[in-house]
Amino acid sequence: MKRTTICLVAALTLLAIASSGMAKEQELIGAGATFPYPLYSKMFDVYSKEYGTKVNYQAIGSGGGIRQLINKTVDFGGSDAVMSEEDLKAAQAPVLHIPTVAGAVVVTYNISGNPSIKLAPDIVADIFLGKIKKWSDPRIVSANAGVKIPDMAITVVHRSDGSGTTNIFADYLSKVSNEWKEKVGTGTSLNWPVGLGGKGNPGVAGLVQQTPGSIGYVELIYALQNKMAFADIKNKKGNWVKPSIASTSKAANITLPDNMMVSLTDTDAADGYPVAGFTWILMYKEQQYGDRAQDKVDELVKLVWWMTHQGQKYAEPMEYAPLSKAAADKAERLIKAVTYGGKPVMK
Amino acid sequence: MKDSALRRRIFADRAFQVVVVFLSFCSILPMFFILFFISKNGITSINWNFLTKLPAPVGETGGGISNAILGSALLIVLASIIAVPLGILTGIYLSEYRKGKFAYLSRLSVEILMGIPSIVIGIIAYVWVVKPFGSFSAVSGGVALGIMMLPVIVMSTEETLKLIPDTLKEASLALGVSYPRTILKVILPAGLSGIVTGMLLAVARIAGETAPLLFTAFGSPFMALSLFKPVSALPLTVFNYATSPYPEWHALAWGASFVLLVFVLALNLLAKVGMRKWKVQF
Amino acid sequence: MLESTGQMIQPMNRADQETQAQAARLRYRAGLTLSEPAFRKILYLAGVSVLVLLIAIFLSLLFASLPSIKKLGIRFLIGRTWDPVTSQFGALPFLVGTLVTSFLALLISTFFSIPISIFLGYYYREGKASSFVKTVIELLAGVPSVIYGFWGLFFFIPIIRFIEVELGAAPYGVGILASSLILAVMIIPYSASLGREVINLVPTDLKEAALSLGATRFEVVRKVILPYARSGIFAGVLLSLGRALGETMAVTMLIGNSNFLPTSIFSPANTMASVIANEFTEATGAVYLSSLVELALLLFVVTTVINVIGKVVIIKTSVT
Repeated sequence: MKRTTICLVAALTLLAIASSGMAKEQELIGAGATFPYPLYSKMFDVYSKEYGTKVNYQAIGSGGGIRQLINKTVDFGGSDAVMSEEDLKAAQAPVLHIPTVAGAVVVTYNISGNPSIKLAPDIVADIFLGKIKKWSDPRIVSANAGVKIPDMAITVVHRSDGSGTTNIFADYLSKVSNEWKEKVGTGTSLNWPVGLGGKGNPGVAGLVQQTPGSIGYVELIYALQNKMAFADIKNKKGNWVKPSIASTSKAANITLPDNMMVSLTDTDAADGYPVAGFTWILMYKEQQYGDRAQDKVDELVKLVWWMTHQGQKYAEPMEYAPLSKAAADKAERLIKAVTYGGKPVMK
Repeated sequence: MKDSALRRRIFADRAFQVVVVFLSFCSILPMFFILFFISKNGITSINWNFLTKLPAPVGETGGGISNAILGSALLIVLASIIAVPLGILTGIYLSEYRKGKFAYLSRLSVEILMGIPSIVIGIIAYVWVVKPFGSFSAVSGGVALGIMMLPVIVMSTEETLKLIPDTLKEASLALGVSYPRTILKVILPAGLSGIVTGMLLAVARIAGETAPLLFTAFGSPFMALSLFKPVSALPLTVFNYATSPYPEWHALAWGASFVLLVFVLALNLLAKVGMRKWKVQF
Repeated sequence: MLESTGQMIQPMNRADQETQAQAARLRYRAGLTLSEPAFRKILYLAGVSVLVLLIAIFLSLLFASLPSIKKLGIRFLIGRTWDPVTSQFGALPFLVGTLVTSFLALLISTFFSIPISIFLGYYYREGKASSFVKTVIELLAGVPSVIYGFWGLFFFIPIIRFIEVELGAAPYGVGILASSLILAVMIIPYSASLGREVINLVPTDLKEAALSLGATRFEVVRKVILPYARSGIFAGVLLSLGRALGETMAVTMLIGNSNFLPTSIFSPANTMASVIANEFTEATGAVYLSSLVELALLLFVVTTVINVIGKVVIIKTSVT
């Protein structure tokens, strides 16, 4: 009897703490892209230490972020893919795409010695279409004279979940390969002709890391953090570009639309990396829906403002390209457009 | 002629016994592999820091799984609140009404519930709790896990109570104790240890469940112990960090696996002691 | 236990009896004591609740699958393309993936579970070896799926990758073989324990009759035990199959996540359960989401049918 009472008391105390947590400090819930996840997890950690507001961001892929935002189960979504027509319709209210950083989608591979290789756009497309099956294919070897390339089968690794990284990559491939455009197309979840699926950027990086002869696509930081090799890609102007902050920023240096729903792939910039993209925070323009309280909305707006201003200093150490002045201005305008009950939130 | 045939048969017999013993021991090898593997990699992660800190941001060392441990505890408590009272009552019902069409249907339902894949239950919890309330929450995870605990508690309660001799009930009734009082204050206490064993088994079953939590509890990097917000859990931590490429996260996953495995195995062994006492198999 | 009712059996004088009776009446009026009919009603409601729960689960799944059932019909089951971009949802690759992995796992596990059943049910029915093996097998059943997956990632995958490289196949590591192997390990305990029970219950006089006629133990197993326990073993196998079909986490981690029809044992694939786990949180669009729920409905129906058949077999042979 005594033991039962003790157990019961412990359980009730736990519950009491749990329900009291409902009234305590603000917690914002976000979900979505794994593309910026290393940066976001750092940003949110710093933010919670400085301002006390906790941000719970689950990296379930851009597709997941969009879906949860439409379902209104999260405060904001993270996505590297612009919402499609169908998604925007399903959301039933305008959704702001506020850019936070730009990043590079690199083609990473696992060949012994981790040599640096050059891959032309058509070769990349054909590899991922399954048409080039071996590393020793003459098209790869001839473009990489002097590099020791083993005679191994190519194992393609792609995303198994709905991904904005996929979207950026596929958007690029659709622009450089008609066959890709017709056979596979662009989107967050594709009908991949070949390959294994990994969950999230970490899953793809993990699979490539462990599978000899494999090739995949991940955000730059994942390849760097895991000391994986990645390819130089030839851009639209014919230059071989290595993915980096510099080449990503150059790619982002274009005329930006007001709503920032723009693709950066296959850039015209001479030294720009062709497979780059923005990543966005998605939130409803009109924040008074469901039972959202004003103070929570204030916190959210404060967070996004911080991410696009003070938080930008964390981007470069993690190899993300911070927003250019032009992009930051557009972002500010978008944040100022957020309303609560029709009235702008930012004064 | 007969002699060599006999020798062949004896040889076959011996050989068969060797094969049987060999294959049996092969089958239990995985347990030792798993224990060895997880302990070797996990035990290095276990330190006071690990058990009391929150996970660190990506790429940084020194994180911990305190939120996962407490999150799992919260989910277990919630699931028990849903499953235990209802489960015990249903178990009493089934042990009191052995025959009858309705009891048969009820018993069948419990057995079917037992066999439903956990991911299906996760979807149900999403449709019943997450969608209407508009957010992922500990409560929805508790509902999913509660549905999974329920059949175990029902079946173990029923089996335990069936073993209590009818004479006890009849003696109590004969002395004028009312029926409800007999059941609740005489029979149930008599079977308490068996029922508790069933609860231990049920908790062991759900402590390691991941699939139903994927779209209910959702996970959280914070010490978020709120009922209506997402919550972390040990199996979610293992799943998320195991498939990542970061060695620091792998270390967290090993440590979490070790904690989870030790917990589940301990519960199972404790339950075995209880079952031996009752000489019953749940 | 009678101590709790001890109050009742002490001899009482008439005055005490009167007060007791009055108190009881007052309590009853105040609704503090349960009357028997009320209690029985509560029990009955509890019994109903599980039935209601089961029906509610089935109806919820059905209801949520309606959009895709209406739109796709039979194409759902025979279509080979699962392409969310073009809203094509053919689940055949997952049906095949599920069936192939489950049956392969069943094959591999039966190879081990029948010997274990014989070991525990016939050769070593008592004693330290027996309880040791029995305990370990039961503990194996308790290991969480995600830990099996994690272990499989680091144990089976390198081995399979090595085999694939030797055979000249693509060194995926993950794929059908990997997930079937881990499934096999996971379901051995289920058929082993049921098999052990039925073999244990083979009547001793049958076994002794055979032995006294000069049969070796091997022959007793072949000619007496296995034929007698055949349907019980079959039921155990069915139970394992039911478990394998619905297994999610370990399979998701080891199957390679490819939405195509697998072409070989080394191909990556997806099962119904793993595709739900991968894509549920991001399924945008009513048809996409309800297609996934339809998969869950399918899983529910198939596992239920198999479990019920298993139970019927057990009851019919009235072994347990």
